[in-house]
Amino acid sequence: MNTEALILFFIVGLAMVGGGIIISTILAPKSKNPVKEETYECGIPTQGASWLQYKIGYYLFAIIFLIFDVEIIFMVPWAVVMKDYGFTAFVEIIIFLMIVALGLIYAYKKKVLRWD
Amino acid sequence: MEFKLETFLFFFLAVSSIISAIMMITRKSPISSALFLILNFFTVSGLYLLLKAQFIAVIQVLVYMGAIMVLFLFVIMLLNLQDKSKFKEKYSYKKITSLLLSILLFCILSFTLYFGFTGKFKAMSDAAGDLGKAETLGAELFTAFSFPFELASFLLLAAIVGAVVLAKKKFN
Repeated sequence: MNTEALILFFIVGLAMVGGGIIISTILAPKSKNPVKEETYECGIPTQGASWLQYKIGYYLFAIIFLIFDVEIIFMVPWAVVMKDYGFTAFVEIIIFLMIVALGLIYAYKKKVLRWD
Repeated sequence: MEFKLETFLFFFLAVSSIISAIMMITRKSPISSALFLILNFFTVSGLYLLLKAQFIAVIQVLVYMGAIMVLFLFVIMLLNLQDKSKFKEKYSYKKITSLLLSILLFCILSFTLYFGFTGKFKAMSDAAGDLGKAETLGAELFTAFSFPFELASFLLLAAIVGAVVLAKKKFN
């Protein structure tokens, strides 16, 4: 994979998103009134502020997701060079995965993955 | 000077990363700060791409813009930031000192960059262009740096355990 292709991918991705927004603001008919600008909540008048305090459980799930995200990122270079380094690289990644899996077992045992 | 797409892209990305960083620290609402931080990460990943570090650029998008920003937004939502009056800072000796120190740092950096490196920058060599590729990274990671690689897993383990312990304490 060469860098130019990836740069082109980024630019085209941006252009798809940005172009869609720009074209729809140009083409779409507009009618503005204060009722339309209100927050929509099932049709009834809204109550209170939208800024709620979330459950801490969301944060825990997010941080566990982040850790396994990083783990997968470490597996990408391994997958690329796996054929060249063979068994050594395989053992190394197994040790790596087992140590990180300990964290998942710990979180499971502590029942933080249970949603209640 | 001939027009080069790479030069144009570099200046475009550099300027937009500086602008988005300034926008990020000046926004009142923490949510819009976080969104400008995402824009900043995106421009930085574009700069990585110009340095031919494809793998790092993609990681920047996946991990920083995706996962870490989700964490940031969760933290912002977890904290009760309704009371805006708490965030108003007054001018104090602390602020003036930090302003003076940052001006000093800026002067030192620009002095060193200007006098130390003028004319010494060269075009990137081919070997440097390979550094950010997944192949090079994997080759180094699983041979010379296998021990630090295994230690990184302990770091991740410590992060899970730390988060669980802290959150459990809050529950009970």
